[in-house]
Amino acid sequence: MKPSFAPGDKVKVRAAEVSTHCRTPHYLRGKRGVVARVFGAFPNPEELAYHRLGIPYQPLYQIEFDFAEVWGRTERATVITADLFQHWLERDR
Amino acid sequence: MTRGVHDLGGQPAGPVDLAEHERTFFDQRVDAMMRLLAHPEQGHYTVDAMRRAIESLPRDEYFALGYYERWVRAIRQLVVEKGLLTEDELDRKLAALRAEAHRA
Repeated sequence: MKPSFAPGDKVKVRAAEVSTHCRTPHYLRGKRGVVARVFGAFPNPEELAYHRLGIPYQPLYQIEFDFAEVWGRTERATVITADLFQHWLERDR
Repeated sequence: MTRGVHDLGGQPAGPVDLAEHERTFFDQRVDAMMRLLAHPEQGHYTVDAMRRAIESLPRDEYFALGYYERWVRAIRQLVVEKGLLTEDELDRKLAALRAEAHRA
């Protein structure tokens, strides 16, 4: 699967609730960030976790979030980074 | 709300224990077992399956068990899921080991 996002793109983490295995931290759901790096495509952990093959591979990104966006208060010049798969991201215009 | 039992980011919590601690012989054996079973050449299961098994432990058990005790529980679940061992085989072996330990 080709990456839909490039460094500098604004994205929003899907605010989805899932009861199955996933690696997207709850505290980042619905938060807005910026693509810092594109790591390439990797087997989807949500599939691997159930002994499946992890296809289609999902592009993985390093996303940067402002501290205030995540925790609702400002604190130093802190940027929070997280590695998130493409299917958890939507474009934020 | 479907926050996983492991997904603690931003939740109220006590102070973090920063003390270094040695791995016990039990810890080392569990670590070795997990690495062998999850090794790509063995292909019995992935680290992702391991994480899923750990993270789906019931909340009270998750917080009552130690780090490598959670691993043992996950390994037990996964070897049964993958058909490497049956629950019955595990139960019989554990009973035999307990009896042996009792005699010693």
